[in-house]
Amino acid sequence: MAVTPSSLRTSKRMKIDEIARTIRERFGSTLLVSHGDGGVTLSIALVEPPILPTISRFLFWDAVCTFGGIIVEQLQDNWRLSYLFLSPGSGWIEVLLEVPSSTPAVPSISADVHAADWHEREAEDLFGLHFEGHPRLGDFILHDQIWPEGVAPHRKLHRKTMDAHRDRLRHRPNPDWRPLLVVQDPGAFAMPVGPVYEGGLGQSVHFLLETVGEDVVRAVPRLFYNFRAVEKIAEGEPVSHALLLAERFAATSSFAHSLAFCLAVERMCRVEVPARAKNLRILLGELERLRHHAGAIAGICESTALSVAASQVAIIEELLLRASCQFTGHRYLFGLNTPGGLHRDFTSEACTELLGAVDRAVSDLHRLERGLYFTSSFLDRLEDVGIVDPESARDLNFVGPVGRASGQAVDLRRDCPYEGYGAYHFEVPREIEGDGYARLRILFQEAYQSTELIHEAIKRLEPGSVSASCEPPAHGLALGWAEAPIGAALHWLRLDSSGLVKRYRIITASFNNWLGFRVAVEDFAFQDFPIILATFGLSATECDR
Amino acid sequence: MSFWFWRGLKKGVQTTRYPRTAEVAAGVTPGRPITTDFRSVEAAVLAAGVCPVGAITARGKSAHVDLRLCIHCERCHFDGVRPLGWQADYEWATVPQGKPRYEPLPQAYGRSLHIIVVDAGDCGACLHEVKQLNNPLYNIHRLGMFFTASPRTADVLLVVGPVTENMRVPLLKTYEAMPDPKRVVAVGTCAVSGGIFGQSFVSAGGVSSVLPVDLEIPGDPAPPLAVLHGLLVVTGRKAAIRHEAVLERSA
Repeated sequence: MAVTPSSLRTSKRMKIDEIARTIRERFGSTLLVSHGDGGVTLSIALVEPPILPTISRFLFWDAVCTFGGIIVEQLQDNWRLSYLFLSPGSGWIEVLLEVPSSTPAVPSISADVHAADWHEREAEDLFGLHFEGHPRLGDFILHDQIWPEGVAPHRKLHRKTMDAHRDRLRHRPNPDWRPLLVVQDPGAFAMPVGPVYEGGLGQSVHFLLETVGEDVVRAVPRLFYNFRAVEKIAEGEPVSHALLLAERFAATSSFAHSLAFCLAVERMCRVEVPARAKNLRILLGELERLRHHAGAIAGICESTALSVAASQVAIIEELLLRASCQFTGHRYLFGLNTPGGLHRDFTSEACTELLGAVDRAVSDLHRLERGLYFTSSFLDRLEDVGIVDPESARDLNFVGPVGRASGQAVDLRRDCPYEGYGAYHFEVPREIEGDGYARLRILFQEAYQSTELIHEAIKRLEPGSVSASCEPPAHGLALGWAEAPIGAALHWLRLDSSGLVKRYRIITASFNNWLGFRVAVEDFAFQDFPIILATFGLSATECDR
Repeated sequence: MSFWFWRGLKKGVQTTRYPRTAEVAAGVTPGRPITTDFRSVEAAVLAAGVCPVGAITARGKSAHVDLRLCIHCERCHFDGVRPLGWQADYEWATVPQGKPRYEPLPQAYGRSLHIIVVDAGDCGACLHEVKQLNNPLYNIHRLGMFFTASPRTADVLLVVGPVTENMRVPLLKTYEAMPDPKRVVAVGTCAVSGGIFGQSFVSAGGVSSVLPVDLEIPGDPAPPLAVLHGLLVVTGRKAAIRHEAVLERSA
């Protein structure tokens, strides 16, 4: 299928100075434009809240920014909402809005920026804010059949108090609860799948497949079974403890998440990480990406029942896990990042050994790739399956490999460089077909690219220290970001006067992409469902937090 | 299709010899901190103080490790002024605290064990490690163990994750749908003790507060071979470790 992203070319991407100038001209006294701090380049404080949808539409569609997410914070006597936008190549823009506690109502931007839909639903569920004009609020993170109405667990209430009310918060499962069904037709029925399926080897997600005969009209994922309130339980804890949570809430990209967290703390402390640590972080981040992509490719082969290929890629993945463990002491790269650098250094012999393992894995992967591209029964199952066209991908703000397979070549490593990625030269792969096959090709290309980056990072290693002293300050806020294997990961942190976490916000790629997943699962044949799911490679636990 | 057939054959046998002989390939396990003796009481207290989750306690001149609480941050090994000993083993399946011993499933299950897994709030690591058992390097089919799609045909329930509020009901339903005799195995530190997520308003803090647990496999995450050891214990093909023994054992 050839898709020309025509409507995407109507607007030109604006640089930050141009955005600031245009906003001042167009919106004048309704807002204040200033330089942001804590990782944000431009800060736009709104004086009149009703202007929020207009300004969001301007940033997303006219200035061609991507949407980052919403950070909600409860202050002394008002709510502070920060809407993040990324102007690729020039930095983060935040739109700040303050709402009095007495009337927690905010204008909804979902009609203008579709990607904000789930962020608003999340804030409504967890903070009890009301988004005026949003078509569907409620029953999101806190499942309606378990949680009573009116609970807003992320509100400013001490976590221990929440824990004490544990039994009161939970009411008995409501057997009469029914999901919302849309398809009304003679012979239509809804098929529930999950949250325990595939012998439990799938993640905890529930899918409601609304079908008419063999064809599935639409599939609605129900997530947040793994909701562990990571943002809430980090509150009141020291930074060293929050780091453990950042590392452990989503293991498939634990290094990227702990890195984004550490970058936020380092930005707050204004600490420069030693060059050796920066290169090692790039090395480890790319190792994680390579391992993750090998796993994702194995999953795709398995979903099409090509068992020999699936087994062989799975072997590659396990060997990469072992190589990671031999190199760092942990198969999933836990316990390495620390604010200021890395916990430990690696010898050049260890690096050479790692390179050997990586090269062996990648040459195997290369041979398998050629085999796969000549297996027509395999390609038939992937081509034209689960299509996300570039316009929808832009509309719903897809990030990561899934976005790049649909023409959205946004990559934080290049578009908002962190940790010295700016000095590395690499092309961000991009495909426009947006089908399962395009997503597979992107995974292969990125895996090879990661290998090259690992080689380059090792070449650039110079002797020196791997950590700088970094004491978290009293008071401070900062944003940290990293391109996780699945896409952009944002960690935002505010510390209180004693240096403890006051508010911690995690925005993940999976949260972004699960929202758009429904576009890929409209009017498809039932047997394609596992394949679409595998080519998306989304993590439920990273989304749920 | 003959292409894949030959590729498969040419790869040869990759499977581990475990449980016949021990697996010694590098990187199959991250290892674990072990109870270590120091020269002075102060040193033991210093060593224990490094642990962010209280898995290490100082008793006299030695620092005792409770693997049920360990989240593998490795601070006690790499950061500490008094580093603890480290052992690269993987046979960690333990009888839960307060239970005298583990009662294996009858012998008929020895070579036909059907497994169901429930992700009750897992970070993805333990689930991924369990999934690796289907990989040719571990291949549990050769031992007569199978992942099954339905709880109705399952003999053993592997639970990963600390049991979140939203997963409590699906977990209980899965358990109740299983026929007797059945065994519940908590896989990973989160499932054993709540791990880093602990007990909170959304987390039960471990499977044992929801279901009777027969066997615990600690580790964050528990590596594939540790899970495999646990499954061998379930049918009595390997012996479980007593909880007290884990605390006392030292290098």
